[in-house]
Amino acid sequence: MIDMDRVDVYPTHEYAGYRLRPGRAFPFGATFVPGGANFSVYSSHATACTLVLFEQGQHDPLVEIPFPDSFRIGNVFAMTVFDLDYENLEYGYRLTGPFDPTTGHRFDPSKVLLDPYAKAVTGRDVWGTPPDWERPGPYRGRLVFEDFDWDGDRPLETPIEDLIIYEMHVRGFTRHSSSGVKFPGTFAGIREKIPYLKELGVNCVELLPIYEFDEFDNSRPNPQTGELLLNYWGYSTVGYFAPKAGYAATGKLAMQVDELKALVKDLHRNGIEVLLDVVFNHTAEGNERGPTFSFRGLDNKTYYMLTPEGYYFNFSGTGNTLNCNHPVVRSLVRDCLRYWVTEYHIDGFRFDLASVLGRDPLGYPLANPPLLESLAFDPVLGRCKLIAEAWDAGGLYQVGSFPGYGRWAEWNGKYRDCVRRFLKGDAGTVGEMAQRLQGSPDLYGRRSSTASVNFVTCHDGFTLADLVSYNGKHNEANGEENRDGTNDNFSWNCGHEGPTDDPAVNRLRRRQVKNAVALLLVSQGVPMLLMGDEVGHSQRGNNNAYCQDNELSWLNWDLRKANADVFRFFRHCVAFRKAHPVLRDRSSVHHPDGDGAVVSWHGTRAWHADWSHDARTLAFMIAGGSYRNRAGRADTIYVAINAHWQPHTFELPTPAGGGRWHVFANTAMDPPEDVWPVGGEVPLANPGRLLVGDRSVIILVGKQ
Amino acid sequence: MEISVKSVQEVRVVELAGELTSKSAPDAQRRILEEAQAGGRMILDMSRVSFITSAGYRVLLVVYRAVTGKGGRAVLVGLTEDIKDTLRIIGFLDFFTHHDTLEAGVADLNSRGAS
Repeated sequence: MIDMDRVDVYPTHEYAGYRLRPGRAFPFGATFVPGGANFSVYSSHATACTLVLFEQGQHDPLVEIPFPDSFRIGNVFAMTVFDLDYENLEYGYRLTGPFDPTTGHRFDPSKVLLDPYAKAVTGRDVWGTPPDWERPGPYRGRLVFEDFDWDGDRPLETPIEDLIIYEMHVRGFTRHSSSGVKFPGTFAGIREKIPYLKELGVNCVELLPIYEFDEFDNSRPNPQTGELLLNYWGYSTVGYFAPKAGYAATGKLAMQVDELKALVKDLHRNGIEVLLDVVFNHTAEGNERGPTFSFRGLDNKTYYMLTPEGYYFNFSGTGNTLNCNHPVVRSLVRDCLRYWVTEYHIDGFRFDLASVLGRDPLGYPLANPPLLESLAFDPVLGRCKLIAEAWDAGGLYQVGSFPGYGRWAEWNGKYRDCVRRFLKGDAGTVGEMAQRLQGSPDLYGRRSSTASVNFVTCHDGFTLADLVSYNGKHNEANGEENRDGTNDNFSWNCGHEGPTDDPAVNRLRRRQVKNAVALLLVSQGVPMLLMGDEVGHSQRGNNNAYCQDNELSWLNWDLRKANADVFRFFRHCVAFRKAHPVLRDRSSVHHPDGDGAVVSWHGTRAWHADWSHDARTLAFMIAGGSYRNRAGRADTIYVAINAHWQPHTFELPTPAGGGRWHVFANTAMDPPEDVWPVGGEVPLANPGRLLVGDRSVIILVGKQ
Repeated sequence: MEISVKSVQEVRVVELAGELTSKSAPDAQRRILEEAQAGGRMILDMSRVSFITSAGYRVLLVVYRAVTGKGGRAVLVGLTEDIKDTLRIIGFLDFFTHHDTLEAGVADLNSRGAS
């Protein structure tokens, strides 16, 4: 190897003792180059730009270095600065340009702005520590070494049909005192609990937002207790390339990057994928009354969707809307996702309010949104999961019609609503329920059931325990007089609002919880569980706990004992799904001519489902074309669902793959007879008839 | 940062004292790597290191890679609780063997070296 000196390690300019040379326009952001650091930032309307450097933690700048005009290439300001003590360095920019909201410009050179490409952000290093509100540059960038030792790891590329997703909050998972981890509420805390995830059997975690956000964004006192309400969920991004420092035990050492990578690596080593919930529909800058700390001051007109009068469109419901189909913003989103896949080995993304990503700069929905198309066909993202929350706060609802290019999956909100209504006994739901159980072919028939991410609960709304304990939301603790949060819960309290000592009510609730998870895990598509549902976590009826950084949200690990039978039921249902590939058919199960699984519909009479309006019973048998059980016969499963308040006898079909029926689960039974371990299913005494208790689900498997 | 070197039963022991930060890291890395002989056994005695920053942790991993790349072995001894926690959290304990005392580190290297 020839050890050659590079010519560009020599400075050409000097300013205030700092040695400089013209920088490289690409990549954007701050990156290490031989001898120094390269700073590159885009603005199409700024007239001047200044690099502001701080010594770490200091209030006032160390130096402000104006970009010489000769350092600008097109609309990019680029400069290399030599001999920086990168570890003790924070940086930001001041931009000069017009302040004229009617033409879309809101430059403000009094602000020190955060680089949108900052790989680490300072300012909220330890969760909940009150910030210095006066500091110039509330959020500042840091240089990051990108040399993590992955030891051969890469994204797992688990087939999407095999995923069992566990939606979880990084802090909430281990923050509770009962978690017993050394560093509660952190990435490191999750790592200590990997054995729990493995015991439950999930093979994918979906993390609520972990891009740097400000928990003090809109903080205010709880009107009932005076406790400070924080932005706990974090759906308000500050920096798209930076992991949240406050989620890292090492955040105070600015080592959050390494801590998160170590977590991803360890999860991968245990066969668990990592999906990120990403929020590209809006930023934390709010509307014209919000703070200016990054995009607004860099190039307001490029980054935000503006009305003709220069106000902010609000398709996100949070004040502003990122201008996703502007070519520069498209690049930012693509660069960001590529970065997280290549640098952090992230396995996929769930896009919050993704319908915004299909709107043009004036907000009109596009038939072929360039952003969604480019992500679908991106080489680096080629094998990661792309999942859309296929609606937005501007009235666009695209479940089943999201522009997916054969790549995008969707959160199936119709699955959630239908299962909820069916289980609480609503009439007129049996027909739709059949669609939902077989992967919603009415929505995804031309694609695959793998486009459907099925869920009954998610972070947004009631927990499963609350879904069966409350008729209405109870959000008073959020400080908005119970106006916030959805009213479309399709919940039923089983006879009493909230906690009760009535054993009959409690027994029914537990059964409904088991019914829901049983159906979720035998449905075609991709199931998603909500953290805590497996141990009966309640938010006391709060269906919008976004600001509750306390025991309302945090997982209480003592519930593991108190609701051991619920956990056990979940665990066995997860194992059952894994053991039966016929439940994870990526072809279209509704096509009997195909080589995929074949589903047949039944009811209280075999081969005769009751599709009438008042029907509340349904059964199906699924037998797998190419899916064989251990005996080499077609893997066959039968599911009887009685959502009626009376027991019913179901006449059974003969198992399509031969053998006889064995009981895997019967939610009407008390534990431990409510569910049996995979392989330990018990033979049915009467192979022709099955008594299904009121509001119960029975799952059978055909075996020799 | 002070760095001193000695040999204990044919093991090179590099004793670090003070803070391992971006200021002291380049020099520390150079000094430690000078002691890394092909196939050699090395102990980094950290018992007098009070504080390590990200640049310092990076030095440890570079040393580990350099030593093992030459067919040698490196062991850490005398880690404080805080430093040990950080090493674990950022995944470095996947690579390093560590012991509480110098004696235990020497014994480990010599026992495995003999086998």
